[in-house]
Amino acid sequence: MIGIEHYVIVSAILFVLGVLGIFLNRKNVIILLMAIELILLSVNLNLVAFSVFLHDLVGQIFAMFVLTVAAGEAAIGLAILVIYFRGRGTIAVDDVNRMKG
Amino acid sequence: MELLRSLQITLAEEVLSVSGLVLLLVAAWGGDKAARLISILSVAVLAVCALIAAPALCGSAMGPDVTAFAGQYRADAFAAFAKLLIYAGAGVTLIVAPAFFERVRGMRAEFPLLVLFAALGMGIMVSAGDLLALYIGLELNSLASYVLASMLRSDERSAESGLKYFVLGSLASGILLYGVSLTYGFTGTTSFEGIRLALGHGLSTGATFGVVFVLAGLAFKISAAPFHMWTPDVYEGAPTPVTTFFATAPKVAALSLLMRVSLEAFGAQPHAWQQIVIFAALLSIVIGALGAIGQNNIKRLMAYSSINNVGFMLIGLACANQPGAAAMLIYLAIYVAMSVAGFVAVLMLKDADGEPVEAISDMAGLSKTRPGLAAALAAVMFSLAGIPPLFGFWGKFVVFQAAVQANLLALAAIGIAASVIGAFYYLKVVKVLYFDEATDKVTGKSDLAHTVLLVIATLFISPLGYLLTNWLHGLAGNAAAALFHVA
Repeated sequence: MIGIEHYVIVSAILFVLGVLGIFLNRKNVIILLMAIELILLSVNLNLVAFSVFLHDLVGQIFAMFVLTVAAGEAAIGLAILVIYFRGRGTIAVDDVNRMKG
Repeated sequence: MELLRSLQITLAEEVLSVSGLVLLLVAAWGGDKAARLISILSVAVLAVCALIAAPALCGSAMGPDVTAFAGQYRADAFAAFAKLLIYAGAGVTLIVAPAFFERVRGMRAEFPLLVLFAALGMGIMVSAGDLLALYIGLELNSLASYVLASMLRSDERSAESGLKYFVLGSLASGILLYGVSLTYGFTGTTSFEGIRLALGHGLSTGATFGVVFVLAGLAFKISAAPFHMWTPDVYEGAPTPVTTFFATAPKVAALSLLMRVSLEAFGAQPHAWQQIVIFAALLSIVIGALGAIGQNNIKRLMAYSSINNVGFMLIGLACANQPGAAAMLIYLAIYVAMSVAGFVAVLMLKDADGEPVEAISDMAGLSKTRPGLAAALAAVMFSLAGIPPLFGFWGKFVVFQAAVQANLLALAAIGIAASVIGAFYYLKVVKVLYFDEATDKVTGKSDLAHTVLLVIATLFISPLGYLLTNWLHGLAGNAAAALFHVA
């Protein structure tokens, strides 16, 4: 029998993978965007699982909102990435260092 | 009739969103030539919204009368106080922006619209009565802000600051959202009142994790240490009017949201978050003070100064009582005035070709070439350092007073000691302005609108500001009372 704790554990693993993806990744900004998506998906899994477990619809409605906002966020992220690439000709994470201090 | 009543309560947000959409059409038809017209209309819209929001503050509105959409939204005195500051910050941004952007032909019609939509999001944030409304408002504000930071597309620093802001801001939203999902799962509701009731019966481990994640996400947004690392880069790289915006409106919105979430939703378990807030406050004060030493870019210096000031404001929150919240709101209002004065002065620092001057060493001897500007900048620095008789001192005073009354003596003592360290770099700027050999770099002419704004903001932070203390205390008291009004 799969209970609520299994969902919460899977979601926690996904969340940690997403956060590590942001901090350990030294290669490519696109991977950062994927890691952010992973974090949002782990949240959605949590919300839907809790919603079923609590017999309460709010969690599923919340998940729909998160999905919508995530789409907008990805669009804006890619747009910023494009103007960044136009100016610099690279999207390597290590090269994002014009400002230091 | 419930719907009609709700629509009436959310009038400020409706005016803002509908006029934002109409102005978007104007922008689509008129192109960038219409940018100035749209800016003027946007300032007018913000003024109207401020007029709509203001009565709630004077009438100290609270409770079910001002709650709309089944508890999702509330237009109480606290929300009104924050909204007035937010609209003021957004209005100042719109007024100072055209002169800055027209020099590089970067004034786009989208700029005022993005500021309007960000202000709309911030209004929803401070009025949120539910985690769902909180999230929608926060994202509406953040998404507009990411674009604003990278507005100057030809400038590499602007694009880089937008990218950094986007990645770290999205991470913060993700962390906050994970906390929201845990809070929902372990309390069974997303409304602040429901969470308060559920937490009143005790705090489960899962809910503790939820509280910690939500606070960590919000600490990112207010740029409190240890989640401050994006601030200096974004402040330096973003176009200066946008930096003015970031230092005022979103800071007010995120801090107010943090207050509402901690004191209302998690108010039944103050011990769960008080330690975190105290830790973040002390770390922010120390990092803000130490990080600013050795900076030569004035915008970077202001970024560290904002981290430092957020630390002082968090001391008010750490008290977890009504006087603490009122003190925090007073500090917030004074901080907005100091930021406006500081950044408008920075905008006025231009060389003969109109290029912005950002290096502190290039401002040497400003008191001889531009005495008025140097005096204003010196007033801002003294005020940020909290040196009486300037008004910045009053903000620090009320916050420390609240901390002492709440028996947080150690916190107040460390805070005062660290503010002395912080005074070092503020005074260093004053020394460069007044006692160093003149470089005659800053020779550019300044705009009339900039001068007027600078005079108003400087008068507010000057000793004349103390005339407003009674009035400011009354308003902040009303706002804080609404926060502690729990049916």
